[in-house]
Amino acid sequence: MRSVLPVLTVVVAIFGFWYLAVLPMNAHQAVLDAERAGVGVIPAEASARRDLSGFTLLARNFDVVTAGVWTQERPILPAPHQVAVELWDTTVEKKITSKRSLVFHGWITLSATLLGFAIGTGLGILLAVGIVHNRAMDLSVMPWAIASQTIPILAIAPMIIVVLNSVGLQGLVPKAIISAYLSFFPVVVGMVKGLRSPDAMQLDLLRTYNASKSETFWKLRLPASMPYLFASLKIGIAASLIGAIVGELPTGAVRGLGARMLTGSYYGQTIQIWSALLAAAIVAATLVGIIALIQRMTLKRMGLA
Amino acid sequence: MILVALALLIWLGAWWLNVQLAESAVVKTRAGRLLVPAIFGITILVVWELVVRGLEVPLVILPPPTQIVARMASEVPILWADFVQTFVKGALSGYVIGCAAAFGVAILADRFDFLKRGLLPVGNFIAALPIIGTAPILVMWFGFDWQSKAAVVVVMVFFPMLVNTVAGLQETTAMQRDLMRTYGAGYWASLTKLRLPAAMPFIFNGLKISTTLALIGAIVAEFFGSPIVGMGFRISTSVGQLALDMVWAEIVVAALAGSAFYGAVAMIEKGVTFWHPSQRG
Repeated sequence: MRSVLPVLTVVVAIFGFWYLAVLPMNAHQAVLDAERAGVGVIPAEASARRDLSGFTLLARNFDVVTAGVWTQERPILPAPHQVAVELWDTTVEKKITSKRSLVFHGWITLSATLLGFAIGTGLGILLAVGIVHNRAMDLSVMPWAIASQTIPILAIAPMIIVVLNSVGLQGLVPKAIISAYLSFFPVVVGMVKGLRSPDAMQLDLLRTYNASKSETFWKLRLPASMPYLFASLKIGIAASLIGAIVGELPTGAVRGLGARMLTGSYYGQTIQIWSALLAAAIVAATLVGIIALIQRMTLKRMGLA
Repeated sequence: MILVALALLIWLGAWWLNVQLAESAVVKTRAGRLLVPAIFGITILVVWELVVRGLEVPLVILPPPTQIVARMASEVPILWADFVQTFVKGALSGYVIGCAAAFGVAILADRFDFLKRGLLPVGNFIAALPIIGTAPILVMWFGFDWQSKAAVVVVMVFFPMLVNTVAGLQETTAMQRDLMRTYGAGYWASLTKLRLPAAMPFIFNGLKISTTLALIGAIVAEFFGSPIVGMGFRISTSVGQLALDMVWAEIVVAALAGSAFYGAVAMIEKGVTFWHPSQRG
């Protein structure tokens, strides 16, 4: 509770900065609009204005600019309330089956994210179990799993999409595969660390109980790995969403949040880009929040938190 | 079919060899620890080559490794130009600006407790968001050249770096801070002599995370528009021409650049934080 006021202050400061930044960023367009509407502006020639910075224009035409920047159709930087209105219009006001509904596009991206996340986490946990129980696998695979964290695997995304397209796979599955491999490696690395977290004393205790390998796994290693698993799940789901969004870019997909950003950038529909970006942020925050909630409940029941 | 059978045999043989090695005393040595993953990696490349040639997989689905290497050798000037454009101009300049800015803000936030308590949760929240989505906006603002790529990188590395630095600056214990006070050390003396050195493991953690993010940001930003040079540009256009060996060549370059970048930061870390338990032994 102590941090509510500081957090609110920072959030308000960010929005205040955003509103202030709108003024110089959109000043050129606002002055142009005013000139076309017959209002006198300084300087009067468009060619003279081109070389001036947004701040200079703002200072010379303060009234014109402050009146004109909030309602532009294609602002360079849309004001927060314009994005909020667009978000409201495209989520609540539109039917969710409509091609212009962000809920529709969000679901396209979200379904690929969730499918990919499920595949990636499942395979990741399986590989981690193999690595912990098989020394040869540990020595051969683990260095590569760690090294793969340092390379930009997202760069493979366009190729996967096109290759799978050429063998007849389209839509959900290729994006899910990209999501899967982005969430795969964090889960492997975190889960191996977690399954190894019981110390020698605890493992010895189970040996004195004459516990088998599978009993050790189910009763000691798996429960002990939970905090590590949830930490990597949070990284994994955020990475999955990024994978699904980037997976929509290379083929010029027409559906999904990434496609909304791409078409927005083709046609200069900045408000559309910002609302898609904000929608993606809300989806990401919700997904991470859900996992954090499950984490808290699980760890509480296990007596770990 | 013979090649595929050969691939299977090589796979089984290499795996058997690795199992033998893993149980022998060789893996206790440093060389042994490198040998086992190296055998595994080479086996995958050989099996890939044999299976692709054996099953005659079309080039547009998966080119064999030898062809990728041949393409790399013949396209060195283009690969180098792309590397300079994307890595040196885009990723590296953005990385330096973003990390320096985050470091400055972190020092400022650390000075004022109110700011720290506000910035840390917000920074943690933003670090989990798909910041890569700002790429189309920043490309629109800063144009198609490397400046917009650097801007994307700045935004991407800023928050992980900020959160790590602020966390690191809180790392000292009350006892250590009290000791500095008994020495009569002021804010700056205790910052430079105690708290910054203590924060170094965290700062380097942020720097290492940022290396990968920087390269990803620079490459993906090029998907939204770029001049006719750059790794992301080359990947997306080569995919369009179904020249997959060129795509793989760029991916190899990206992987090498990414690991080398990470390795370089890790080397500096080793020199700076030699006192930390994780660097000893």
